Amino acid sequence: MHVSFQVQAGDFSNAGKVSSTVKGILKQLNLGPVHVKRIIVALYEAEVNVVAHSYGGTITCEVEPESVDILVCDTGPGIPDLDLAMTEGWSTATTEVREMGFGAGMGLANIRKNTDRLAIDTGEGKPTKIHMCFDLANGAAHA
Amino acid sequence: MTLRDVVQIVDGTVLCGEDNLGREVHLGFASDLMSDVLTLLADDILLITGLSNNQAIRTAEMSDILQILFVRNKRPTKTMLDLAKEHGITVITTPYSMFRSSGLLFSKGLQPVY
Ligand SMILES: Nc1ncnc2c1ncn2[C@@H]1O[C@H](COP(=O)(O)OP(=O)(O)O)[C@@H](O)[C@H]1O
Ligand SMILES: [Mg+2]
Repeated sequence: MHVSFQVQAGDFSNAGKVSSTVKGILKQLNLGPVHVKRIIVALYEAEVNVVAHSYGGTITCEVEPESVDILVCDTGPGIPDLDLAMTEGWSTATTEVREMGFGAGMGLANIRKNTDRLAIDTGEGKPTKIHMCFDLANGAAHA
Repeated sequence: MTLRDVVQIVDGTVLCGEDNLGREVHLGFASDLMSDVLTLLADDILLITGLSNNQAIRTAEMSDILQILFVRNKRPTKTMLDLAKEHGITVITTPYSMFRSSGLLFSKGLQPVY
């Protein structure tokens, strides 16, 4: 199945709504709780990043029997140095973002930890496209 | 310990989820950093936080955490409590600080995550 959502920049009161909706869908599709948790933690961090750091974007989820593919795309301003941004503790978050409990610079690291495959396409002045893949084949995690 | 024990230990007030006070909780985690909470793998955690906004409830929802203790008399908004109710999350508030609440709960047997 295939679903798509818009995410507004700066809309902190609604940050997490998409992740919440997707969580409901994954549970309804009977994915194991271990898979649901890692998918949703990665998605929520990515959604908060779109709200906190970008001009807004879209989230698209593709759920297959063997895998879940999530694409998080925004319209910029992009990440100038991705290696640096992936470093735990590095953040450009504003005070407003910190007041939301984010801005510790752990989001991208959390995303990497929870994905089976991660591809990030970005750059200064470019959109950021984050492609997260989760394998469901690992039977143990279905428990 | 049960959530009822938690309420009694920290002299707390239950703001929603009274029906679940008999629920057992084994682990405690105190943080204002939501990304830190999102790294936890266990489910039966009491989240102790001074961060009173929508993202605290959202983070609990995403992490399958079913109980939150707000310290220093933080008063969650109606929107936050509605969100908590929708996801079956019990919300408790205490006048005590994060340090005092954590210390008391730890001394009564609530286990640390790390
Ligand atoms: N979608 C995005 N658009 C632009 N910059 C981003 C985006 N996502 C992350 N970043 C940059 O990468 C940094 C690190 O992100 P992250 O690890 O999630 O930590 P945090 O969000 O706590 O700052 C951010 O502070 C920001 O500078
Ligand atoms: Mg982030």
